[in-house]
Amino acid sequence: MGINLEFERPLAPLREQLEGLDKEVAAGATDELRLRRDAVAAELERQSRELYAELNRWQKVQVARYQRRPQTLDYAKAIFTEFVELRGDRAYADDKAIVGGPARLDGQVVMLIGHQRGHDTKEAVERNHGQPHPEGFRKALRLYRLAEKFGMPLLTFLDSSGASPGLEDEERGQAWALAENIAAMTELRVPIIASVIGEGGSGGSLALGVADRLLMLEHSVFSVATPEAAASIVWKDSKHAPEAAEALKLTAHDLLELGVADRIVPEPAGGAHSDQAATAEALREALLHELQALRSVPLERLLADRYEKYRRIGTFYE
Amino acid sequence: MRSLFRRAAPGTPGGERGDKDIPEDVWVRCPSCREMIYSREWEAGFKVCAKCGYHTRLGVRERVALLLDPDSFEELDGGMRSGDPLRFAPDGIQPYGEKLKSQAAETGLLEAAVYGRGGLDGLPVVLAIMDFSFIGASMGSVVGEKIARAAEVARRERRPLIICSASGGARQHEGIIALMQMAKTVAAIKALGRARLPYISIMTDPTTAGVTASFAALGDCILAEPGAVIGFAGPRVVEQTIREKLPPGVDTAEFQQRHGMIDMVVPRRDLRAATARMIRFFQDAVASTREVPAGAESGAESGGNGRPAPEPALAVTVAG
Repeated sequence: MGINLEFERPLAPLREQLEGLDKEVAAGATDELRLRRDAVAAELERQSRELYAELNRWQKVQVARYQRRPQTLDYAKAIFTEFVELRGDRAYADDKAIVGGPARLDGQVVMLIGHQRGHDTKEAVERNHGQPHPEGFRKALRLYRLAEKFGMPLLTFLDSSGASPGLEDEERGQAWALAENIAAMTELRVPIIASVIGEGGSGGSLALGVADRLLMLEHSVFSVATPEAAASIVWKDSKHAPEAAEALKLTAHDLLELGVADRIVPEPAGGAHSDQAATAEALREALLHELQALRSVPLERLLADRYEKYRRIGTFYE
Repeated sequence: MRSLFRRAAPGTPGGERGDKDIPEDVWVRCPSCREMIYSREWEAGFKVCAKCGYHTRLGVRERVALLLDPDSFEELDGGMRSGDPLRFAPDGIQPYGEKLKSQAAETGLLEAAVYGRGGLDGLPVVLAIMDFSFIGASMGSVVGEKIARAAEVARRERRPLIICSASGGARQHEGIIALMQMAKTVAAIKALGRARLPYISIMTDPTTAGVTASFAALGDCILAEPGAVIGFAGPRVVEQTIREKLPPGVDTAEFQQRHGMIDMVVPRRDLRAATARMIRFFQDAVASTREVPAGAESGAESGGNGRPAPEPALAVTVAG
């Protein structure tokens, strides 16, 4: 993904103006300067809100994938008072496309696990663009078990276009790793809240995404496959990705309507990347709210509800 | 199975015989080694080439005949049809609703999976079969629902479950609903396991993506047919990813066995016996323990398909 989002270009002049005014205010603020600065900021927010309200699905995919969009480790810092990253699958390697460990949310101990794509090219390469190898999923599985053992609610953050599809992944049983994670999540004896924070896609996201509650950030997407992959299957040409994105109905609002997502977490006017702190706060509040609700549900009820939640998904006639 | 082999032109085998009086459909050509095979022999051998061992894909009826005792198969929910949750109809692409109809007309199937009760070597079982000819046996709502119901019927009636999988993955036309079938099927399979009932996964050509990565990978024992393509991404996508030509044999049954992912590569003629043998191991073991498995339920509730469930099948057979 490029440095800038193409459709945000109309906002560039206002952004520059605001940046300049911020510098001037910092150098020596006068009331008049502050008023001018605030007026420009308000105008930028108004235009951002308008722009973001009308994004088509393909543009939403661009926002969801945007390299400046906050990722799991950003939220780990912003939302949780404490987080310790645990490493490795105890079998083969430590996969940096998935990060996880115990964390404190408003004093409550939880297990936090999420995909991490990387914010720049170097980090993205190190983390395989957030496409986990089997050892990443097996690390997550180890942490699921740890969470269960100590009764820590599991919070997962989904931000992966899918599991890595290379030769080494086939050799190490990628499909088997995914299946084991999905299986473990269907019967894990702690509450699970999954949040889609960016681009959720395919089995590589579902392997972190079977949950009692599925939250989606307003401009995140969650799809059966990337629009490119779906286009190459249905159109036999990945260039049709924009049409595929439209047809796949992959936005937060689509998933809420389809009954797959449970809650949309609102983003600031210009998307999560425009105000990371505000996004983190909104997500924190939503997580606290859902966690409190789930904690009051008896465990056997929770597991039966989880089974039913997935059992009901599907459209067919008899 | 129309697509994989062609009927030979009359008179071609050997070339020297005056074949005028032999019907055209007497010979078939092996799709792999091109050997001419007498069609009765070909059908009797369940479409395995006697010369090179190539296993041609089987349809649902052929699979039932291969695995189950004659006339023992009782299909359940045979009339189930898919909805169109996304109203998938982008410009220039056949709308999903129409595609389902044209596929049904072409294949004679209503969906890519069939399931029901049957007897396997005398054992009462639940069997589900996927048929690649229907939209690449992709998993959408109906495949997901049938697999989940197969596991639930097996659990209620205390029968072992056998699934013959084949699939190109999740059905794109159903988007996220298709992806969620992975969780749904897996949840049902895990519930079956908690009731300590055996699940034998038989992987056939090709088993890939969302189906391998959900219920197919979770068999108590995983069998596969020789030469079957089995994997996650499949060889074509792997080649595109690494931008290199792969050596032959990547993502085959033999490759997966070598890498520890499946238990046995079983020639088609031995599949029924191998399946029965594994079921008997598990059943006899359970029968000899006194512990009541968690999740075991009585067979008294209704069958989930509008019919009352029959008396629970006798889960124990004496070996030998």
